[in-house]
Amino acid sequence: MSATTSEPAEATRVAPAQGASGRMRRKRHLTSGRMAAQSVLYAVLVVLAVVYIFPFLIQVATAFKTNPEAAANPISLFPQTWTTAAFQKLFINSDFPVWFKNSAIVTIVVTLGRVFFDSLAGYALARLHFRGRSVIFAGLIAVMSVPAVVLLIPKFLVINQVGIYDSYTGMILPLLVDAAGVFIMKGFFESIPESVEEQARIDGAGTFRVFWSVVLPMATPALVTIIILSFQGSWNELAQFIISAQSPSLTTLTKGVASLTSGQLGQGTQYPLKLAAAALMTIPVAAMFFIFQRRIMNTSEGAVKE
Amino acid sequence: MLILLGLFLVIPVLMALWVSFSDWSGRGSPLSGDVNFVGVKNYGAILSGGGLAEQNFGEALRNNAWYVVLVVPIQTAVSLFLAVLVNRAVLRGRGFFRTAFYFPSVTSSVAITVLWLFLFSSTGAVNKVLSWVGINGPNWFNDPSGIIQNFLRIFGVTSGPAALTKNSLLGVSWWDWIGGPSVAMTAFIIMGIFTTSGTFMLLFIAALQNLGGDVTEAAMMDGANGWQRFWRVTLPQLRPTLFTVLTLGLIGCWQVFDQIYTGTQGAPGNTTLTPAYLSYTAAFQNQQWGQGAAIAFILFVIIVAFTLFQRWVLKERKVSKRRMRPYVHAQALNSRQPGGRQQPSSERNQS
Repeated sequence: MSATTSEPAEATRVAPAQGASGRMRRKRHLTSGRMAAQSVLYAVLVVLAVVYIFPFLIQVATAFKTNPEAAANPISLFPQTWTTAAFQKLFINSDFPVWFKNSAIVTIVVTLGRVFFDSLAGYALARLHFRGRSVIFAGLIAVMSVPAVVLLIPKFLVINQVGIYDSYTGMILPLLVDAAGVFIMKGFFESIPESVEEQARIDGAGTFRVFWSVVLPMATPALVTIIILSFQGSWNELAQFIISAQSPSLTTLTKGVASLTSGQLGQGTQYPLKLAAAALMTIPVAAMFFIFQRRIMNTSEGAVKE
Repeated sequence: MLILLGLFLVIPVLMALWVSFSDWSGRGSPLSGDVNFVGVKNYGAILSGGGLAEQNFGEALRNNAWYVVLVVPIQTAVSLFLAVLVNRAVLRGRGFFRTAFYFPSVTSSVAITVLWLFLFSSTGAVNKVLSWVGINGPNWFNDPSGIIQNFLRIFGVTSGPAALTKNSLLGVSWWDWIGGPSVAMTAFIIMGIFTTSGTFMLLFIAALQNLGGDVTEAAMMDGANGWQRFWRVTLPQLRPTLFTVLTLGLIGCWQVFDQIYTGTQGAPGNTTLTPAYLSYTAAFQNQQWGQGAAIAFILFVIIVAFTLFQRWVLKERKVSKRRMRPYVHAQALNSRQPGGRQQPSSERNQS
C-alpha cells in the first residue's frame, strides 16, 4: 500500500537528480563491477524492505483467516477460506467500538489541547518578558528529561488525590501539555523575525491579537509537527490510561487490545481476532502517517539542498 | 498551563518521593495522618532485603540490562546502515524504502506486541522460516533459558563454576547475570530493534544530508575508497547525531513497559520482567506502593546516570575547551586570518 502512494511522487521528485547522475554515469563508463555493486545494493534493500513490511502483511492476512488455518499456515498471505468472523466478533461481541470511541475522544481532545497550550506557552516563553521566565524554561527542560515510566505512580497519586480517577478528565488532563511540544513551539517562534510583530503592534493589535492573527498562522509547519506528534502519542499511549481509569466504559484501544492477549473473548489462541484488532487500531495512525508523509520524511527534501 | 505542569509534574514527584519513604498501602490519602515515615525501609527491601522483592528487582535489572546492552548498539548500527543505504543519490524507490523502514515506528507498541506474539509463537511464521533452513525454532515466549547459557550448553557446559553459581548480586547468581537474556526476552529485543530503527534512521538521514559533500569529495580525490570514506570521513562527522541516537536509545531502553504489560507480564520465569513493569505491579497490583515508588526512583537514578555519562562522553570528545579554542580564536581573527578556520577542521579529522 505504501508503494502506490509514495512511488509516483517520488519518481517526479528525484527525476532531475537522476538525469544528472545519468550523465555522470555515462561519463564514468558503468563498469560491470559497479553494476554488480548496484544490484547487490538493491537486493539488500529489497530483502530488508520485505523483512520490515512482511509482518504487517501477515497481520492483515491472518485477520481474515480461520483459527485453525492461522495456526497451521502462519506465513501465507492468501487465506484459503476468507472469513470476516474475527471482525464480526470484534464489533458485535466485544467492547471494541467503545474502545475505539474512547481512543478517538482522548486523541482529539489531547491533540487540540496540545496545539493550543503548547503554542501559547511556547510564545510566552519566546516573546513575553516576565519575571521567572528562565526558571520556568529550566523547569521545562528538567521535566522533559524525566522518563514517563518513572512518573506513573506520581501521576496516579495526584489523579487520585484530586478526585478525577476513572474519568475522562483524569485520562486527558495529564496529557494536555507536553514539555517537548512547548520546546518545539518556543524554538519556532524565536525563528520568526520580531519586526513582523512590531508592525502589527504599531497597527494597534494587542498581545493576544498579534499572537492569534499574525504569529500563529506563520507557525503552521511547527503546528503540524505538534499535531502529528500528539496524535500519534495519545493514540498509542498505554501506561497513562492504565493508571488513570479502570472501568470498562473508559477503556481505550491500547488497553483493550492488550487485555485481549490475556485470553478474553473465549478459549484458544484466537490469533485472527487479536491481529484484526491490532490491524484496525493501526489504521488511524497509518492514515495520519501517509497524509503527512512528506512532513515526517521532510529530510528527503534535502536532495535539492542550497 | 503552568498550573498543569506544576500539578502533574512537580507535586507528583514530591508526593511519590514521600510515598517511597512511607508505608502507605494505597487506601486513603498518602498525606493523611495514619501513614508513617519508615525511612529507607522500602529501598532496603529492594536492594538488600534478601527476600523476594530483592530477587525480583535483581532479575528485572538483569533482564533490562541485557535488553539495553543488545538493543542500543544494534539499533544504532542498523539505523545508520539503513540511512546510508537509502541516502544514496542514485536510488530508485527511495521514498518507498524509507516508508517501509519507518512504518513500524508509527504503530503502537501494543499492536506490534500482539503481532510479535503471533509471529514468534511455537507454530508461528518465524519458526516456519527457521524450519526451511533446518532449524528447530524455540518456543520463543515460553522459553526462560538464557541464550548465552544455551550457547555454552552446545559445548557441554551445563552448569557454571561454583564461584559464579554460589555468589549472587541482588538475589541473582552471577551465573544468571551473565547467562544472557532469555529466549523470550530475545524476541522483545528483536522487536525493539525493529520498531525504533526507523526513527533513528530519519535522524541519520537528516544528518547525512547536512554534511557538505566537499570533504567526502576531497577524500575521494585523495584516493580513499568507499569503505575508507565511510569510516574515516563520514562517520566522524556524524558523531553528534551518533551520540543523540545513543542517548535517546539508552533512555528509551530502560523504560520497557508496554511490551511486557501486553505480552508476557514478566513470564516465563521472571525473565522478561523489567524495572518499569515491576514498579507498576508492586504498586498497583500488590499494593506495595512504597516499594513501587522506590523502584521508580532507582530507575530514574539509573537513567539519569546513563544520560550524564553520555553527556560527559559527548563533552569530552566534541566540545572540549581545547578543541573549541581554535574556533573561538578563528572567529575573532577571522578577517585578519582567513586560514584560521582550516586548522580545527583538519584537527577534527585526525581524531
